[in-house]
Parts: sequence; C-alpha cells; structure tokens
Amino acid sequence: MSDSNLFEQQAANRRRSVILVAIFLLFFAWIGFGGDLVFHLYTTDGGMSSQSIQVRDGTASSYRHVFPWFGVCATLLGAAMAWWGWKKGPKEILWATGAWEMIEPSRPEEKVLVNVVEEMAIASGLPKPTIWIVPDRDPNAFATGTDVNEAHVAVTEGLLDTLNRDELQGVVAHEMAHVQNHDVKLMTLLAALVGVMALISDGTRRLIWYGGAGRRRGGGGGGGKKGGAGALVAFLLIAWLLSVILAPIVSRLLALGVTRKREFLADATAAQFTRNPAGLASALRKIEDAAEPTRAIKQGTAHLCIADPAGRRLTHKQGHIANLLATHPPMALRIARLKAMAYQYDKTGEIPGVV
Amino acid sequence: MFMTWLFLAVIVIALVWAVAAYNKLIALKGATINAWKQIDVQLKRRHDLIPNLVEAVKGAMEFERETLEAVIQARNQAVQIQAGAAPTGGVQQLAAAEAALSSALGRLNVVVERYPDLKATGNVAQLQEELTSTENRVSFARQLYNDTATTYNVKQQQFPWNMIAGLAKTEPVELWEITDEKERDVPKVDLSMKPKQ
Repeated sequence: MSDSNLFEQQAANRRRSVILVAIFLLFFAWIGFGGDLVFHLYTTDGGMSSQSIQVRDGTASSYRHVFPWFGVCATLLGAAMAWWGWKKGPKEILWATGAWEMIEPSRPEEKVLVNVVEEMAIASGLPKPTIWIVPDRDPNAFATGTDVNEAHVAVTEGLLDTLNRDELQGVVAHEMAHVQNHDVKLMTLLAALVGVMALISDGTRRLIWYGGAGRRRGGGGGGGKKGGAGALVAFLLIAWLLSVILAPIVSRLLALGVTRKREFLADATAAQFTRNPAGLASALRKIEDAAEPTRAIKQGTAHLCIADPAGRRLTHKQGHIANLLATHPPMALRIARLKAMAYQYDKTGEIPGVV
Repeated sequence: MFMTWLFLAVIVIALVWAVAAYNKLIALKGATINAWKQIDVQLKRRHDLIPNLVEAVKGAMEFERETLEAVIQARNQAVQIQAGAAPTGGVQQLAAAEAALSSALGRLNVVVERYPDLKATGNVAQLQEELTSTENRVSFARQLYNDTATTYNVKQQQFPWNMIAGLAKTEPVELWEITDEKERDVPKVDLSMKPKQ
C-alpha cells in the first residue's frame, strides 16, 4: 500500500482505528449483552432450563431472564469508570510523574519550550495547553487532559536538553495532535472497558469454579432431551464462556491495537501542524538512541507518550508477538513513514505500508 | 393525496438542509475571521518586537546603519498596511509587505552573526529566539488561515451551497500568498569566486 501523503496517512489511520474501536465495542457488547442473550435462551427454552435451575437452587423454576441486567450493569460500570477517569485521570497522571507546572520560564531552553508550545497551539487552532516539566533525564513527553480547553503537555528535562528547536517542535506537535484527536478521552474509555471486562471475567471464572459442577450435570441432561435448540444454546453458552475467559487478553490486545494506530495518526497530524515531518523523525531517532527507561513515567501512561517509557527492546525487533504487545509501533517504521511524508525515502526506495 | 405528502416532505427536507447549510457557512465565516485575527495578533507581536531588537543591537552596529534602517522602514510600512487589511481585501499587499520585512530581518540576522560579542550578551540571543518564534507563529497562523479560508471559499462556490451563500452574505476571501514575481525569486548565490567587475 502506498499511503505516503500525510493526509492519506491520517485518513488511513483514522479509518483503521475506528474499525478497531468498533470491534472493541462489539466485543464488549457480546461480553455484556451476549451473556444476557445466552441466559435468556437458557431460562426460557422449556424443560432444559427449568430443570437445570431446579437442580441448582430448587425454587427459581419460573424465573425468566428478560431484562438484560448483565449488559446494562456492565455498561453502567464502564461508563462510571470512564467518567471517573476523565474527571480525575489527568491530575493523577501528572501527580504520579512528579511533574511541576512551568508558569514563568527561567532558563533559555524553557523559554524555547514555551514558544514552541504557543506556536503549535496556533498551528492546531487549539487553546494553549498547560506546560509541565517532568524531572527525568530520559527524553520523553506526554499529553493528558480530556478536554481540549484543559489540556496538559508534559516533557522531561532530558528532552529539553537533547533536542534542538525543530525536533522539540515535532514532539510538541505530536502531543498536541493527541489532544486534538481526543486520544486521551478515547484511551481512558478503552482502559475503563478493559477493566470492566477483566472484572466480569474474573467473576465468571470464580462462578464456574465454585458453582459449575452442579449446573453442568443438570444442563447436560436437559440438552440431551431438547435436541437442536438445546445444542444451539449450549454452543452459545460455551462460546460466551470462552470469550469471557479470554476477555482480559483479547480486550487488552484490541486496546493496544487502537493505541498504535493513534500513534501513527498523531505522527501524521504533527506533520500537518509543523509541515516539517523531518523534525519529528530526527527527534524520534534521538529519543530512541537514549535507551534508558523513563522512570518517572508509569507504564499506565505509556499510550500518551511520544515513545514507550519502558519497552525499548520490544520496539527494536519487529517480531509479531512483540508488535502485538507494544504500546507504540516500531520506531523504525514511524521514522520511515515520517520520511515518506517528507518525500525522503530510505535507500530501498520502498514506501512503508500501513500495518 | 400521496403527491401532496411527497411535495410537503420535499419542502421540509429542503428547508432543513437550507438551515444546516446556512449555519455551516456562518460557522466557516466565523472560523475564517478568527484565523485572520490570529494572524493579526502575531503580526502585531512581531512589529512590537522589532524596535526592541534594533535598540539592542544599535550601539554595537554603528557601521550597519543601512541594514537597521531598512528593517525599520519595512516594519513601519507593514504596520501601515496591516491597519487597512481584511480577509476580503488587502491580504496580498500585507503578505508582500511582511515578506519584505522578513527579508530585511534576514539580512539583519546575517549581520548580527558577524558580531560574536553581541550574541554573547543574553539580551540579543533572547530577542533572536523571540523573533524566530514570532516568525514561526506568523507562518503557522498563516497556514491555519489559508486552510480555513480555502474551505470557506470552496464551500460557498460549490453547488448547491452557492444558493445559500447570498443569504448568508458570504464573499470570497483572499488567501495569504505572494503573487509578486520578485518575491518568488530564489536569491542567486554566486560561488564561482570570480572577482567582481
């Protein structure tokens, strides 16, 4: 695929991340409302269900699962967690890194940073974000704040010392791009839903573990009598249980997929702001060369950073497993794509396709 | 009976579309004016900075009076033109005046580089960073303005939006671009080291 132009790259990444988010939401709905459906069929489908429930607790033979309590509760729980994350997240993240807010620049480098941030605010048409400095020697940066009017951009001291003006501009543009693309909101939502699914999965596993034996005996007998319909219900039940057990892994992998697409998108948007993709490319090269981990930044914030604060080694090799588990696309690929935007192709002459 | 309903439905749909289109055009107009104001703010910042810079380097650069005067003159002309410029007229004159100012500043910068002690005093280095940033701000504001203005211009001319355009009192706006052929010229660099006649 030859998505080289920066607007084409933006559109492609936006489309791909939308598809991934849709799959993620469908998966969440299947875990929540799919469980209701299975339980509904299980309790309304004649003899099999009433028998099995009688076996289990003896009294509830007339219970019909009609209202989708399970899905509604999961959705509400997810919404509450996301809302909490949107309200409290940004402050907590900044507090955890030990960042201090820069109000009045005292060093020349800080003045340059303030200027660069103001320039990028103009280029993106967004209000000027609050600037924070993270006391860490490793070059890295992240953005947070769920509202474009109350955004925060944080950079490490190491970043200020390592990069020149054009490179710093590229990095700040990447962070402003995260703000403009509403990535903070999206990622907080996904993190909340991943959390809810982990909870459901954990709860269900316990239920199977402790209460599974009796139900299995009753359900098996009933299924045998009902034939076709019972087999369908049994199949759905098994499929649902399997997805619930796998939910923590699947949901996390999907969320990581979205994160990586948004990284590419932020790179392409940054190029649109600065019209100088080479600046960001050279900044990424320098950030990668400083191989130390950024200790001040927790792994939970990784998806908002310019580069993964911990897993450098993973981004080096382009193995499939490593890629699936990474919060950021391989650095070499990001740099190659930025160069393609600047029409500076690598010597191979190949335009890197979209992963 | 069916025809009446169909007719009514078509009218309602057309009305709903017209309202939406009108609002969209007004929003684009607002965005264009806002982007223009951004340029205005940054240009004013630039114009205010220049006297400070000239003041800071004047003492040490007695020999370069011409360069300094060229900067001041270009600046004053740009200020004058800025006062009368609006998206619907005068954008291109202002763009040309600002380009002239940029090239005068560029020459000044080259001269300042020749005075290492001048750069060593914090004030000048600081002013130079301010000026670099201001130049960037002007160009980013221009980029935003040109993008917004292009969308606005295209929308109000496209069918069927152009039917609503009159109602929304839109008019095409000028882009910030340099039409003067002289400004486009790449400066010629002579590296042949031949003695000049």
